Amino acid sequence: MLRLTNIHAGYGYSEVLKGIDLELNAGEIVTLLGANGAGKTTTLLTIAGVLQPQQGKILWDGQPLLTSGPDEVLAHGICLCPEGRHIFPRLTVLENLLVGSYRQPSAHNAAILDRVYSYFPLLAERKKQLGGTLSGGEQQMLAIGRSLMSEPKLLLLDEPSLGLAPQIVERIFGIIQAINHEGIPILLVEQNAHEALAIANRGYVLVTGKIVLSDTARNLLASDEVRRAYLGES
Amino acid sequence: MNLSLPPPDILLGGLVRGSIYGLVALGYTMVYGILGMINFAHGEIFMIGMFACIYALGFFSTYLGTGVATSLALSAFVAMIFSAGFGYANERIAYRKLRKAHILAPLTSAIGLSIILQNFVWLTVSKNNINFPRLYSEPLNQVAFTIAGAHCNYLQLLVLGTAVALMALLYFFILHTRLGIALRATAQDQLMAGLVGISVNKTIGLTFIVGSALAAIAGVMVSMYLGVAGYNFGYIWGLKAFTAAVLGGIGNIPGAVLGGFIIGMTEDVTCFYVDAQWRNCVTFIILMVVLILRPRGILGERVADKV
Repeated sequence: MLRLTNIHAGYGYSEVLKGIDLELNAGEIVTLLGANGAGKTTTLLTIAGVLQPQQGKILWDGQPLLTSGPDEVLAHGICLCPEGRHIFPRLTVLENLLVGSYRQPSAHNAAILDRVYSYFPLLAERKKQLGGTLSGGEQQMLAIGRSLMSEPKLLLLDEPSLGLAPQIVERIFGIIQAINHEGIPILLVEQNAHEALAIANRGYVLVTGKIVLSDTARNLLASDEVRRAYLGES
Repeated sequence: MNLSLPPPDILLGGLVRGSIYGLVALGYTMVYGILGMINFAHGEIFMIGMFACIYALGFFSTYLGTGVATSLALSAFVAMIFSAGFGYANERIAYRKLRKAHILAPLTSAIGLSIILQNFVWLTVSKNNINFPRLYSEPLNQVAFTIAGAHCNYLQLLVLGTAVALMALLYFFILHTRLGIALRATAQDQLMAGLVGISVNKTIGLTFIVGSALAAIAGVMVSMYLGVAGYNFGYIWGLKAFTAAVLGGIGNIPGAVLGGFIIGMTEDVTCFYVDAQWRNCVTFIILMVVLILRPRGILGERVADKV
């Protein structure tokens, strides 16, 4: 479904990604593991069209994904839910959600909104509240809900557990799985490798802009290298 | 010095003047809200609206022989198109490339543009003030009604009514339409606005177009009210409207309107109590005092909320 071949990308003259090959098939959850600065977020930003690859190819459904910006990538059904949530602080919860379906025909709104509320009933209760007044966990739910409003064919999730309490993380990962069961493939970037590998089908390990390991989630969980470096075991 | 209350006519005059400042201030505040820059060429966009309208009036009455009201409406529309075109071109040419540059770069570019536009009109259109054809403003100079002792003529009614209607329309547009939500989203988080599929460039372009069209209408109304237009009118009217935006809290839409009314009132009340020549001094002294007491302006948010 999505295939990256030899992607080089970065910011200005600094190259962060030094030749990434990555693949994601229909229905999968694929996770990208790596230390800070390895290039996980850069990979997602490049797929989402925020950054332009300096070299390499991105194929989407077999076609080159040639775009000049994130709005065009979204038109292909690829939606990035960015690190740090980026809730619009002075829009209400409902407006945050509605702006998520900016590219969808407004006739769809009611149906998608119902679906989002079924995942996150809390958002329905808080719909008149300003986005900036929600707690971290609520904001993460809103961020995922807003992404779903675009009816994505592929969801790119960057650090959904960042700064959240363990119980909330568990709930959010449960919802990520539920979303995936409805047929939306997910590319998941996570610091929390344990949780990520627990729900993923496959994973890639990124070290300073290169993929050093790629395997099924089960094998990665068992691998000594991964256990030592990313699961905090010795 | 006179110590009685200002007569109602003075207050009405202040209200009318203030509504025009408010209309122009909206353009400053919208651009600041979305780009974090002051578009110092906005006053010239207002001035271009004046000239476009006066020339269009001549054209319509001479070549098409349209009636007074039709010519006026068509010419106001032409003024909006002209100003919107210039406003959009300014953004495209002078500001877009500088969006990621240091804040002083677009600011300097804007000041340069303001001087260029002023001189351009001075050189190519008219070095002297031109008259607004009295045929169109004269019939409106009769008293329409008297309210609480204020004699409101048709022209004042037209200015105040148009300004308030446009402000209400803009407020509705920003609060309740899809594009309005997109505009607010872009102002709050440009990266995220792109990620939800908003074309940030188009939204910023739209902001300039809307703000410029409002300034054009203000320009038309000022030249009607004063009976003249000049290449340098954008300077002082623009500066006072900018002051109104800052006073109300820059980036805040109701703030711009409120600031406009306060500045307009202050001016006319100063003319009554002190002297017309003192009005600019008093206006800017009030601005300074308010800013010292409340740097973010009357309705402005704390700077921390902008980040």
